[in-house]
Amino acid sequence: MKTLKDAKVGETLTVTGITGTGAVKRRIMDMGITKGVSVYIRKVAPLGDPVEITVRGYELSLRKADAEMVETE
Amino acid sequence: MSVTIALAGNPNSGKTTLFNALTGSNQFVGNWPGVTVEKKEGRLKFRKDVRIADLPGIYSLSPYTLEEVVARNYLINEKPDAILNIVDGSNLERNLYLTTQLAELGIPVVVAVNMMDIVEKTGDKIDIGVLSQRLGCKVVKISALKGTGIKEAADEAIKAAEKGSFTPVHSFSGEVEHAIAHIEDLLKDKVKKEQERWFAIKVFEGDKKVMEALSLDPSAEKEIKKIVSEAETEFDDDCESIITNERYVYIASVLRGAYKKADRGSLTVSDKIDKIVTNRILALPIFAVIMFIVYYISVTTVGTIATDWANDGVFGDGWYLLGIGRAAYEEAVEEYDAAQDRTEAFIAAAEEAGIDTEELVETLQSEEPDSGIIDEFLLQAADAGVEAETDSEGDVLVVDSDAFAQAVDAAEPENGDFGIWIPGVPVIVGAFLEKINCAEWLSGLILDGIIGGVGAVLGFVPQMLILFMFLAFLEACGYMARVAFIMDRIFRKFGLSGKSFIPMLIGTGCGVPGIMASRTIESDRDRKMTIMTTTFIPCGAKLPIIALISGALFGGAWWVAPSAYFVGVVAIIISGIILKKTALFAGDPAPFVMELPAYHMPTLGNVLRSMWERGWSFIKKAGTIILLATILVWFLSGYGFGDNGFGAVSMDQSLLAAIGNCIAFIFRPLGFGDWKAAVACVTGLIAKENVVGTFGVLFRPELAEVAEDGMEIWTNLSANFARTGGNAAIAGYAYLVFNLLCAPCFAAIGAIKREMNSPKWTLFAIGYQCVFAYFAGLVIFQIASAVVGNVSIPGLIASFLIIIFALYLLFRPAVTEAKEKRVNSAA
Repeated sequence: MKTLKDAKVGETLTVTGITGTGAVKRRIMDMGITKGVSVYIRKVAPLGDPVEITVRGYELSLRKADAEMVETE
Repeated sequence: MSVTIALAGNPNSGKTTLFNALTGSNQFVGNWPGVTVEKKEGRLKFRKDVRIADLPGIYSLSPYTLEEVVARNYLINEKPDAILNIVDGSNLERNLYLTTQLAELGIPVVVAVNMMDIVEKTGDKIDIGVLSQRLGCKVVKISALKGTGIKEAADEAIKAAEKGSFTPVHSFSGEVEHAIAHIEDLLKDKVKKEQERWFAIKVFEGDKKVMEALSLDPSAEKEIKKIVSEAETEFDDDCESIITNERYVYIASVLRGAYKKADRGSLTVSDKIDKIVTNRILALPIFAVIMFIVYYISVTTVGTIATDWANDGVFGDGWYLLGIGRAAYEEAVEEYDAAQDRTEAFIAAAEEAGIDTEELVETLQSEEPDSGIIDEFLLQAADAGVEAETDSEGDVLVVDSDAFAQAVDAAEPENGDFGIWIPGVPVIVGAFLEKINCAEWLSGLILDGIIGGVGAVLGFVPQMLILFMFLAFLEACGYMARVAFIMDRIFRKFGLSGKSFIPMLIGTGCGVPGIMASRTIESDRDRKMTIMTTTFIPCGAKLPIIALISGALFGGAWWVAPSAYFVGVVAIIISGIILKKTALFAGDPAPFVMELPAYHMPTLGNVLRSMWERGWSFIKKAGTIILLATILVWFLSGYGFGDNGFGAVSMDQSLLAAIGNCIAFIFRPLGFGDWKAAVACVTGLIAKENVVGTFGVLFRPELAEVAEDGMEIWTNLSANFARTGGNAAIAGYAYLVFNLLCAPCFAAIGAIKREMNSPKWTLFAIGYQCVFAYFAGLVIFQIASAVVGNVSIPGLIASFLIIIFALYLLFRPAVTEAKEKRVNSAA
């Protein structure tokens, strides 16, 4: 299963589901990363983490550890 | 009728700007009960009977963050008459996510679509009529920044509040609605009719906080479990995700036809800025430059000028209006000092030549020197051919009797002669007290106690305001979020936020604004951790202590000062890792899922307002504790049982000296168990540089003042540390480390209290710092002493126990949430 963590800069992906539980999962979903939404990988921070994505028309940053919970295709 | 309107919206939606525009200056800033979240309330500018409550900026009403819980508790329990929901028009989809949740509370909602000017500029089309109809509430277009539509929005909110009833129109898919209706049925007797839907959805989501509050009977709970698990099987998802998905699906249906995004084509200005500013290669250099500018202006240059002006000018001798005349005065002082050197050198030379100078020195020190004596001396000196040499920065000057005569005539420069001199508060008040023949103890209390204390509070404010202006700008323009983005990787390892960088950087100048700068960190846990560790970094006032120890005990070795910073950084890293694993900071780490808002130019008014709010809250919340503590230490160090009973005494007879004697034994394992060192630690709490001055007074009371690095007392200090610690250098270094890491000055303690907003947390922070400092000092002293051959078995055992304990704390697994619960329930 491919996750958002493995995505390359410049890719546009469709979210197929979120793994994990509790506060982190809820937060990721509250911010608009839900099933079926498309995300664009904008860039990676200078030190390699976190990543910046565009979702639902705005910019969001999340750590790779959290991005691993987002399954994509 | 008085109406309360709650202002709700996402962070970065312009909520603060709207709040300021609605209320003007009718604001009260406080805290939500029991938490560090700031609470702002105000009265509507054009309808004074309408109260506006500004809720924290939130994305959702989940039970997981402090802000969200505060907001929803307020909405459920206090039931404002209406909610004015501000949404960012350039980011409708995510902003409406909160709207769908607000609409379920049974409180009338009015939606204000903000940033309409930007939306129209980019060519996006929002059909307010359709949006309003689909959302089931009034929708108003506004621009908080430009001030358009604001009155209409407020009027609509008041109208909605007066109308009262409100039913949400939105609906989820059939299966979910079915489940919710079923749960609503079960809750009927428990909750109010208009809040039924909210509670039903929360119960469906399995929201623990709501479930606890409802305390349903077991049969109903079982029934609900069944309904939820059925839905979960049907959707093949968990209950929380089902609702979140449904909301976004619903929003998509609302926006279809109501919102048309223009074809962007090229990048927006914000995109272009971001491409450069967080570019993989340029991001760090740009970050370094911005931080340098902030540091250079708010700490090195303007900030120091402001602090010096406040401390040495307004609360010192006085100051020149606009600084005019200052340079001339300083030059004159320099000349005068050089003349003094010359006379001294000449007199010394004359003495060597066998001339009696006693009478001369006496007359020179008197108010009006006797010219007869001077002339006679000059004649004698000329006869003997006395000549002296002075050396000022390499220029050797020969002083003969003519030069001496000139130098003797030189008058001490007066401040008033060089420009418009404004005397400092203590000078003015002192003159007044003298005039009314005020009792000495009272004028001492007023001048040194109270005015000194007020000066300690206000002295930092000008510099703080400069820093706050930068912070407000960086926050408002959107760069602060990028700071977290860039620095996150380094800081999160120690349980800190990327935004902790700024407090620590500012902390190298002064810990007080450094602590206040932690306000920009959203996560409660990261913020508390930052507050606790910021003052480990040596601030400007600790530099004299470093200079003193380095000069007195290490011959001014180059490595002492850098090692102090190294000790500070190591203390932060160790503390971060240790604290992160304790029950106090346990639980799920706050997810770093952060919006990077579009860049935009903030307005001057908002920046200034934010700057002032923070400065004022420091004065108000930190002022009392600083003032009282300063007066107390002033009293303890100046009063005691002297030869004539209780009264004003010199410091070595003071109550503080007595206290120092009592507590000195505590510091014996650290190598400085001596009352003088203990007393200097205590006076260091007023301001860290006082440590040097206190040693000066205690070792050489005949000197009026010692140099900043205390060079006059280096030998005394060295002898003292050699006596108490065996090896002066080791004891001195332990003393340095202890003073660098222990409780900061009262001003910083006040700032900690203000930011923690809890006496318990403040005490914990100070206690932690002192214990950490004590252990660090002990380990350094004992181990280093053992290495040079002064082995103390109990000392070594204690050191190893501390090290083992620290290693255990560093490498043990973190306390999990289950354990945390046990701790909580035990407490």
